[in-house]
Amino acid sequence: MPAYHFTVQMTILVFTIIILIGSYFAGLLGSLTGLGGGFVIIPLLTLVLNVDIHYAIGASLVSVIATSSGSAAAYVREGITNMRLGMFLEIATTIGAMCGAILAIYIPTNLIAIIFGLILICSAVLSVRKKVQVITTEKNYLAEKLRLNSSYPTPDGQTVEYSVIRVTGGFFMMVFAGIMSGLLGIGSGVLKVIAMDSIMRIPFKVSTTTSNFMIGVTASASAVVYFQRGYISPGLSMPVVIGVLLGALTGSKILVHSTSSKWLRWIFAVMVTFLAVQMIYHGLKGRI
Amino acid sequence: MDYGPWTMDLKMKFKDKDMQLLLGQVLRAGTIISISIVFIGGVVFLYRHGFSIANYRVFNGVPDFVQHPSGIEYGILNFKGQAIIQFGIILLIATPIVRVLFSAIGFVLEKDYMYVVISLLVLSIIFLSMMSGHAG
Repeated sequence: MPAYHFTVQMTILVFTIIILIGSYFAGLLGSLTGLGGGFVIIPLLTLVLNVDIHYAIGASLVSVIATSSGSAAAYVREGITNMRLGMFLEIATTIGAMCGAILAIYIPTNLIAIIFGLILICSAVLSVRKKVQVITTEKNYLAEKLRLNSSYPTPDGQTVEYSVIRVTGGFFMMVFAGIMSGLLGIGSGVLKVIAMDSIMRIPFKVSTTTSNFMIGVTASASAVVYFQRGYISPGLSMPVVIGVLLGALTGSKILVHSTSSKWLRWIFAVMVTFLAVQMIYHGLKGRI
Repeated sequence: MDYGPWTMDLKMKFKDKDMQLLLGQVLRAGTIISISIVFIGGVVFLYRHGFSIANYRVFNGVPDFVQHPSGIEYGILNFKGQAIIQFGIILLIATPIVRVLFSAIGFVLEKDYMYVVISLLVLSIIFLSMMSGHAG
C-alpha cells in the first residue's frame, strides 16, 4: 500500500484528461525512441498519480497491445516481418509472459518497482549504444529445420538474403523478454530486438518489425491473467490506451519525415534514467 | 490489381504474401473496432461519472459488472460506460490471439504443417494462461 504523500481531490474528468495527455506523450516518446509507451506510463501512474502498480501494469499492457497491433498491421504488409521466426519465438515469449504475470501477483509490489527501474536503465543504455549490423549466411541446423532463414525487400527494389544463427540462445532470451513483459507491463521491445540482432544476427529492419509483430501476442498472454484477477480497470485503461495510441501515431508520422532521431534518443535516455532511479528509490523505501 | 486474400483465385497457391495481407487486415480491423468501442464507452462513462471524485489510489477490485461476461453483457444492455469500455478492451486483447488463429489457418493453406503445430502451440499457451488466471 503506498504511503500517503499528499492528497488532491480530483474529479474523474480531470483525472482522465491528465492521464490522456500524459499517455499521449508517453506514446509519442515511446514510438520515437523505439522503447515503447509502457516505460513512461507506469512511472507516471504510480509515482505521480499514486495508482496501485498492478492496475498501472494492467492499463499499460492494454496500450501495448493497441500500439503493437496497429503498427504491425502496417508493417506486415511490407513483407519485411519474418512471420515464421515471429511465430516460433512467440512460443518463448508467451510462456515467459504467463510466468511473469503469475509472478507479479505473488511478489511484493516494491520489488516490481525495483526490477522495473533496473530494466528501464538497461533498455535506455542499450537503445543509445552504437549498433553494427552483420548479415550472416552461416548455416544453422535448427534455423534450416524451422525454415527461419529468409529475405527482405529494400526500398530500392533489391532483395537481401539472411540466415539466422544461435536459435536456442535467442529462444531463451525471448523467454526472459516475455517474463519482463508480463511482470512489468511493458512490451519488452528492446529485449526482443537484442535477442534478434545481437544473438541471432537478424538484420535491423527485420528484427524491429518482427519484434513489434510479437509484442501484441506476448502482452495478450499476460493481459488475460491481469484481466481475470480484476487488475484491468476500464476507467483507467480508457485514457491510457487512447492516449498512447494517438501518441504513437504522431510519432510514426514524425519518423517518416525526419531521418535523425539520435539526439532524441539521448534526451529520452536521460529522462528514463531519472524515472528509473525514482522507481528504484520508491521501491527501496517501500512506498510503491 | 490486388484486392487482398479474400478475392484470391482458389486455383492459385496461398503464399506468404497473401498471408501477410490477411494478417494485416485482421490486425487493422481488430484495432480500429476495439478502440472505437473503448472511445464510445469512455464518452458514456465521462458523461455519467465525470464529476464524481476519482479514487484510483486504492482499488477494491473492479466492479463486478466489468469482470464477468454476464456482468459485461448486463452492463452494455444498460448502457454502462465502464462495461462498454471493458468490452472494447476484451476485443483488443483478443486481436493478436485471433491473428495467431488466422496464421494457423494460413499455414494450413500453405501446407506448412510444422507451423500449423507451432501456431496451435502458441494458442494453447495463451489458453493455459487464461486458465491460470481463474485458479487460486
